[in-house]
Amino acid sequence: MFDNNNYKLNYVFLCTKFYPLNIMKILVCISHVPDTTSKINFTENNSKFDKNGVQFVINPNDEFGLTRAMWLKEKQGASVDVINVGLSDTEPTLRKALAIGADKAIRINMEPKNGLNVAKQVASLVKSENYDLVIGGRESIDYNGGMVPGMIAALTDYNFVDKCISIEINNGSVTASREIEGGKEIVESKLPLVIAGQKGIVEESDLRIPNMRGIMMARRKELQVVDPIDLDDSTSSVNFEKPQPKAEVTLVSSEDVDELINLLHNEAKAI
Amino acid sequence: MAILIYAESENGKYKKDSFEIASYAKVAADKLNTSVTAISINVDNPNELGDYGVSKVLNVSSDNLKDFNAFLYADVIKQACEKEDSSIVIISSSSNTKYLGSILSVKINAGYITNVVDVPKEFNPITVKRNSFTNKAFEYAKVNSKNSLLAISKNSHGIIENKTTAQIENFEVSIVSSDTSVKSTEKATNKVTIADAEIVVSGGRGLKGPENWGMIEELADILGAATACSKPVSDLGWRPHSEHVGQTGKLVSSNLYIAIGISGAIQHLAGINSSKVKVVINTDPEAPFFKSADYGIVGDAFEVVPKLIEGLKTFKSQNA
Ligand SMILES: Cc1cc2nc3c(=O)[nH]c(=O)nc-3n(C[C@H](O)[C@H](O)[C@H](O)COP(=O)(O)OP(=O)(O)OC[C@H]3O[C@@H](n4cnc5c(N)ncnc54)[C@H](O)[C@@H]3O)c2cc1C
Repeated sequence: MFDNNNYKLNYVFLCTKFYPLNIMKILVCISHVPDTTSKINFTENNSKFDKNGVQFVINPNDEFGLTRAMWLKEKQGASVDVINVGLSDTEPTLRKALAIGADKAIRINMEPKNGLNVAKQVASLVKSENYDLVIGGRESIDYNGGMVPGMIAALTDYNFVDKCISIEINNGSVTASREIEGGKEIVESKLPLVIAGQKGIVEESDLRIPNMRGIMMARRKELQVVDPIDLDDSTSSVNFEKPQPKAEVTLVSSEDVDELINLLHNEAKAI
Repeated sequence: MAILIYAESENGKYKKDSFEIASYAKVAADKLNTSVTAISINVDNPNELGDYGVSKVLNVSSDNLKDFNAFLYADVIKQACEKEDSSIVIISSSSNTKYLGSILSVKINAGYITNVVDVPKEFNPITVKRNSFTNKAFEYAKVNSKNSLLAISKNSHGIIENKTTAQIENFEVSIVSSDTSVKSTEKATNKVTIADAEIVVSGGRGLKGPENWGMIEELADILGAATACSKPVSDLGWRPHSEHVGQTGKLVSSNLYIAIGISGAIQHLAGINSSKVKVVINTDPEAPFFKSADYGIVGDAFEVVPKLIEGLKTFKSQNA
């Protein structure tokens, strides 16, 4: 049963034959981003991010969503595909998602231009493959656009829950919660649905780390490369700039907190 | 051809962000020789926007729009955009406006730029400075399509008074249907939220345990501040996850951020760096936070914070 080949056959069989009856199709969007400790530098006249020496990881917000997708698969049966819009250098990140347990990876072969560009690529595939649930992240930690999941929803006419921190699905009905300022909101919705996940949808301690077996299996899983369909040019990046170096900190003696209050009031005008 | 802003409100009152984006839009409108129109939904006093340079308010009142719904709201803004023939739409960066922003951008075919921190550097094509790489860099981005949608970062422009008399127009809209609806809301009503707060008081692992947060809350109380914490503090369960700030938690762009017993790891700093004034209190003079802070005290939080509370009480009584 768990032999890899059988598993694969099984999967194909289920997807092609029985999918419409009972198996939910999930697509998780994986952004390939610099590790949080990376030094951020630019090249080519400050117009491009310098990938030199940078370690890339699955975008943290997407990682929470991927683990949630694995739970849905294990608890109620689902197929889980992962997708990335990027050039071949993103493949190790997709392989990692496969090692965590995704069934199949899809890479749209292009250097993304902007958020809408990514959303259009994904939306087209979501429609042609009839995914029931699309999971993205609240935002990517590189360009911080925070727009791709909502755009996918708008382009496909799917429902959408932003900043999703829990989701339960029952016969196509969805109960989800989303973080709002100062609390949370419980919403009801329906499949097909797009969510933008973040911490909370699973906890940090729940995150799956690929094990040896997963890594071995991932090597044999399908990684499909698809040609891009549209080169959206609604916005583009001109160049980047690093923040000005900070002025020296003003130190105040721990014996003289009144001086701090004075500075915050009169100099910084912050209180 | 007016610039359109979506002036967000809560319980009938405009949010402060709305005044900030109105001020922003007014600067842009003056440069383009046009005016600012606002669309607002279920507000009690639309005239207020006139104080910030808005010359017309499309005022929508509808029971069907009582609860926020990103699809319905985005569609209403789209109708306003068509009515005004606006090619520039400006929104804030609150949770709800960012939720509707991505949908709206598709509906109005706009080039969408978020985290905008400055008025456009150029208007033809619109080119703006935005935060990217989680505050580790700025990006200049330009819009190539005819329409643009800009989401302005909180506290990046400030509120600028500019008295105008706003013409209020009741705006009838058609309301689309949506499969998504709010079932219930859980919200602490008596606490300042991190998103709305002008001042944030944040505690780290240096505070040793959850039992020591009394002084953090007291300090926050005196300052009218929200409380926040570093990631390990929420992972350890000392404080709720909703207080976790940083690259993987909430992003803070308050006016004043006070870090107590926080080392200043790169992931923490990335999330709070766009706050205007930063203060650190830490026993270790080598703690990296001192390199990012404006003011610092090298000292034990358990001695410094109580003194600070006393000092602020006196200060408040003298400056009340
Ligand atoms: C992928 C990833 C994402 C991350 N995301 C985030 C994030 O979003 N937010 C975040 O905060 N962290 C994040 N981190 C964790 C980050 O790297 C640090 O581990 C964390 O910020 C440290 O928290 P801290 O400053 O509270 O604790 P510590 O680093 O343990 O620092 C405690 C500080 O308290 C000081 N101290 C001790 N006693 C006292 C006292 N009595 N009075 C005053 N000071 C005292 C110490 O000198 C020390 O500087 C992330 C890490 C990774 C790998």
